[in-house]
Amino acid sequence: MEIFSKLEGFKLDVLKEVGNIGAGHAATALSQLLNKPIDMAVPKVQILPFEDIAEKVGGPEKIVLTVFFRVEGDAPGNLFYIMAPEAGKSLLQRLGAFVPTDGLDLTEMEQSALGEIGNILAGSYLSSLADFTNLAMSPTVPALALDMAGAILSYGMIQFGEMGDAALLIDTTFVQGNDEVEGQFFLIPDPESFDKIFAALGVPFDND
Amino acid sequence: MTDAQNLVKVGMADLNVVGNSGILRTTGLGSCVGLTLYDPQIKVAGMAHVMLPSSDIARESQVNIAKYADTALPVLVDKLVELGAVKRRLIAKMAGGAQMFAFAGSGDTMRIGPRNVESCKEMLKKLGISLQAEDTGANYGRTIEISSETGILTIRSVQKGVKEL
Repeated sequence: MEIFSKLEGFKLDVLKEVGNIGAGHAATALSQLLNKPIDMAVPKVQILPFEDIAEKVGGPEKIVLTVFFRVEGDAPGNLFYIMAPEAGKSLLQRLGAFVPTDGLDLTEMEQSALGEIGNILAGSYLSSLADFTNLAMSPTVPALALDMAGAILSYGMIQFGEMGDAALLIDTTFVQGNDEVEGQFFLIPDPESFDKIFAALGVPFDND
Repeated sequence: MTDAQNLVKVGMADLNVVGNSGILRTTGLGSCVGLTLYDPQIKVAGMAHVMLPSSDIARESQVNIAKYADTALPVLVDKLVELGAVKRRLIAKMAGGAQMFAFAGSGDTMRIGPRNVESCKEMLKKLGISLQAEDTGANYGRTIEISSETGILTIRSVQKGVKEL
C-alpha cells in the first residue's frame, strides 16, 4: 500500500512518540482518578493487516468493552479505549462510586460512568497531542460498546479500507498493579492525517 | 456452532466457496456484511465478507475485489458456477451491516453498515438472485457460518445468542 511505503524507521518512531505523549497524559489522568500509580507499556506502532488488528486484543470474537471516539479536527482518526469487561467493572469499583453488578451487562449508569472515564482519558490523550503538534484534535462524545472485538475494531479500519487491506495502529497498554484495570488505547489516524502530523512536527513526509 | 475439520474461514474483505459438506465461517461482523449464496441442488455454498459498499471509492492501486459489494458478488457467483452451481438456483442470505456506534452528525462513515446492506441488495437484484433471509442492522456484532450440507445460516451474537436462518 503506497502510503505505508513512506512510513518507515524514523517516521514510525515519531508516531511512537506521538502515542507515548498522548497515552502518558492519559495514564496520568487515570492515575489521578484512581489515586493509584498506573504503569504504561512502551507504545507499539504497527502496520497490520485488518485481520490481525483484532488479534491484538484476543481475536475477532473476544468480547471487549470499548469506549470509542472519533477524533475530529486537523488530523482526524479513530480512538478506542479497550478493556476486558471485568476490568471495566473493576475500574468502576475502584472509583468507589459503584458496587458492580454481576455478569456482562452494564447498567445505564455504569455505561455512562465508563463513557465519562473514557472521555477524561481521551481528552488528556488528544489535548497533549494537540499541544505537541499544534494541530486541533478533539474527541466526539464517547460511544460505548460491549461486543466482539472484530465487530468493534473493524469500524476503525473503514477509512483505510478504501486504500488497502492494512491499517496503522498506535497501541499502548495501561496496567495497574495486579492487572485489574488493564486497558489498551488504540489510535488509528486516518490515512490523510499522517502528512499533517509529520508536517506539524517538521518531519518531511514525501522526500525520502 | 461446529468446529468441524471441513470448516473454511473467510477473513475480512475475503470470499470463499465450499462443497462436500464443508462449512464457511466469518467472525466479528460489525458494519461489514456477510453475504452467502447457496445452491440447494448440488449443495455448494459461498460467502463474502464485504467491508465497503462500492469500489467507486477505491483508492488502492490493486483493488481487492472481495472487499466491495459491487465487485465481490459477481465473483462469488462465478466461483460457485465453477463448482457446478446454477445461477438461477442460488439462494442468498445475509447478516451484519450493523451500526456499531450511534451518534449523530458524523457523515457517511457512520452509516457504512446500512449502506453495505443496501448495496448488497442492489447487486443481488442486478444478478437476479433472490434474498431469502437476512439478519442485518441494529448495533451489535455477529459471527456467522453456513453449512453447504443444509444451506442453514447460523448467526451468533453476544447479546442475542444464536439464531438460524
